[in-house]
Amino acid sequence: MRNLTFKQISLCLIVLILVALFPLAFSKPFPQHVMILVFMFGMMAVAWNIMGGYAGMFSFGQVAFFGIGAYTSSFLLITYHVNPWLGLVVGGLIAALVAAAIGYPCSNLRGHYFAIASIAFGEIVRTHFNNWKLIGAAEGMTLPMMKESFENFMFHSSKLPYYYIMLAFLIISLIVCYFVATSKMGYYFRAIKESHDVAKVLGVNVVWYRLIAIMISAFLTAMAGTFYAQYVLYLDPESVLILPISVQVVLISMLGGAGSIMGPVIGAAILMPVSEITRVMLGHKGTGIDMLIYGALITLISVYQPKGVWGLFSGIGKRTK
Amino acid sequence: MGPVFRYWEEDEMKKVPCLEAIGVTKRFGGLFANDNIHFTVEEGEIVSIIGPNGAGKSTLFNCVTGFYHPNSGKITFMGKEITHYRADRICKMGVARTFQIVQIISDMSVLENVMTGALLRFNKIRPAIDKAEEVLTFTGLIEKKELLSTGLTIADKKRLEVSMALATQPKLLMLDESMAGLTRVELQGMIDLIKRIRKNGVTLVVVEHVMEAVMEISDRVIVLNSGRKIMEGSPQEVVVNKEVIQAYLGEKYNVVSS
Amino acid sequence: MADQLVQQIVNGLLIGFIYSLIAIGLTLIWGVMNIVNFAHGDFLMLGMFTSFWLYTLYGVDPLFSIPVCTALLFILGLLIYRFIVSKVMKGPMLAQLVVTFGVSIFLANLAVFLWSPDFRLIEKPLLHGTWDIGDIKLSIPKFVATIGSVIVSLFVFLFLRKTKTGKAILATEMDREAALLMGINTERINSISFALGSALVGIAGAFLSTYYYIYPQVGGTFGLIAFCVVALGGFGSIEGAFIAGIIVGLAQTLGGFFIDPAYKYAFVFLIYLITVWIRPQGLLGW
Repeated sequence: MRNLTFKQISLCLIVLILVALFPLAFSKPFPQHVMILVFMFGMMAVAWNIMGGYAGMFSFGQVAFFGIGAYTSSFLLITYHVNPWLGLVVGGLIAALVAAAIGYPCSNLRGHYFAIASIAFGEIVRTHFNNWKLIGAAEGMTLPMMKESFENFMFHSSKLPYYYIMLAFLIISLIVCYFVATSKMGYYFRAIKESHDVAKVLGVNVVWYRLIAIMISAFLTAMAGTFYAQYVLYLDPESVLILPISVQVVLISMLGGAGSIMGPVIGAAILMPVSEITRVMLGHKGTGIDMLIYGALITLISVYQPKGVWGLFSGIGKRTK
Repeated sequence: MGPVFRYWEEDEMKKVPCLEAIGVTKRFGGLFANDNIHFTVEEGEIVSIIGPNGAGKSTLFNCVTGFYHPNSGKITFMGKEITHYRADRICKMGVARTFQIVQIISDMSVLENVMTGALLRFNKIRPAIDKAEEVLTFTGLIEKKELLSTGLTIADKKRLEVSMALATQPKLLMLDESMAGLTRVELQGMIDLIKRIRKNGVTLVVVEHVMEAVMEISDRVIVLNSGRKIMEGSPQEVVVNKEVIQAYLGEKYNVVSS
Repeated sequence: MADQLVQQIVNGLLIGFIYSLIAIGLTLIWGVMNIVNFAHGDFLMLGMFTSFWLYTLYGVDPLFSIPVCTALLFILGLLIYRFIVSKVMKGPMLAQLVVTFGVSIFLANLAVFLWSPDFRLIEKPLLHGTWDIGDIKLSIPKFVATIGSVIVSLFVFLFLRKTKTGKAILATEMDREAALLMGINTERINSISFALGSALVGIAGAFLSTYYYIYPQVGGTFGLIAFCVVALGGFGSIEGAFIAGIIVGLAQTLGGFFIDPAYKYAFVFLIYLITVWIRPQGLLGW
């Protein structure tokens, strides 16, 4: 394992303490909600980064795993009264299985071809869920109101528990990413990202490692989906399975710096507040200005700083994280 | 005495040839890129494969190392059949190779590149680092280990690619035009490296155009032309062979016996 | 039952030829510079709106607005290539993928901002009404749009095969390095191809506007379908895009007819997946 420097560890701890104290300083629900979004999209971006930034599989279909996670745990809760924490694990496993099933035939796809395949996958899932009576089709599902408790994964009086749970989830995903990045797997992912030939010639089973990357990514993304369901208490395909969510996840990773551990989190920390605030200030009239700005932002970042914020700091020579 | 690259015990020396190709044929549509090629490589040899452009040298490499599947024929490595095996499996078994166009990992340092190769035989990072540094010392790139791989000169990139291959601890190393584009000095450096690799117990099969290098390093030379093997022998025999000369120069030239 | 089947086949062909034209523009861009234009559908939308506003404000029939659509979208394509796409070509793959998403979101919401998200329709194009051929209903605007698309596609074939610029485009598509060595200014070919591809989809928009609802988000689905068509036809192959458009149109209507209309686009996406899994070079690609 790579050793973290004292400076890096203390920096992380400081940030962690600040973030943990944040809701006590900002006790209104809106800032807390924005931070919860930062954590949630941050986690999805970290998950994306494992298969995209590291292994080079640029997926624009992450929303499918998000939706699978959300729907699985919710369906199990509503129909079979399965505890949402258990539902979380089941949702993750199903998402991972689906990921492997779709990932395997796509094993040779790279770049644009993989990206479009992932979009096709996401859209097929959305269309299917839109017509699947079992899970409510287009009307969606409403989660039952349950007694407020950690065990029930449901809280009504305050956003604080949701805040800390989502933060914990984010930290878990970062730890997973750290272990992946600093292990044999991480090096192999990066070789695969460079080219399949390089990886093969070094003895890497490309198909196998690609599947692992996709499955880890899917599991973590599905976890975020279950959280969303327990947080919002209502699901429908037009909220949890739409392409713009996938695009947002990719954008966040790119903005913060794909291929680095903290990059996606930085991206989420920048983009979510900006997009929420512009939406509230400019978007509610339906004029599209907020999205206009968003689109322009994406274009500008792609052209002028594609390596993201992290790319600004890690220069030529050696990468540190 | 440099590092030993052999992953296996010394007493594994069997009487089987290191590499054997029997009737290897590879077609692309109607074109026979490799047509019924037979050859053998014994352990400890350095064998060069030469031939004009389009003779099928790289195709043969790809068939042996699992990047192509031959249409017919058989390939064995240390007596075990490896035809149609996946490329990464063949590498695991002990066959490493380089490419005509250098393939290295761009976002990594020199050390990280070689580590990725070393990780084939280790599961932990620390021993991979040690192995990688050992290999880089052997190939002379240790001073540059922290540099980004894309910043290297072409000669160093080739050296890096060889280092990555050596880090997988192969029994057989196949080099695809590793001398192309090198200056005189760099050329000699590469020749020395190849000789040192053989001294450390690795068999070498080399595709080469640079004839001086071929003459200096080869125990045997195999000549391909238009997909077929047209001759095999010592470097001295091959270089005066009428058919070989005509393959390179074309039929128009009359061959004057020397 | 048989009549309904024939009706679906007719519908499939009608929309299919439009898909062909849209896809030809996309495959041109893809083949020449190996970049996926996720904003291609939004260019279609702009073509539709151009036609709509010319009709609404000046009474110009959509068919006559084609020259304006062509010019406008050609220029837009040039500008976007010159100031955005060309800069990203040297960058990382991720940036190339994301940048046209950005342009797409920008254009779609620009349309919302300028023209509101309302659905519009051109009520009475010059050629309107329905032909009744037995039990088959043939919508005249659809028919005209389809014929128009075929004619334009034909012009594109001829342009690419007979003119110097066209041949240069094909050469660059086949082997960029060789084209460069032949003295072809590949950078110029890039901009022309991008502009031409955009102009073609603008024309398709003008055709489509004679009967389809016009609204800012209309580009989304058409853009995605265009990718599937291009993949099926073979990336870079104009003839392939033409044939694949028809196949996809038929697959959509017949799949909807035999199985479930709600899944009609899902079938199209499935076609993409199966194509890249089984025959990645598509029907006619190289």
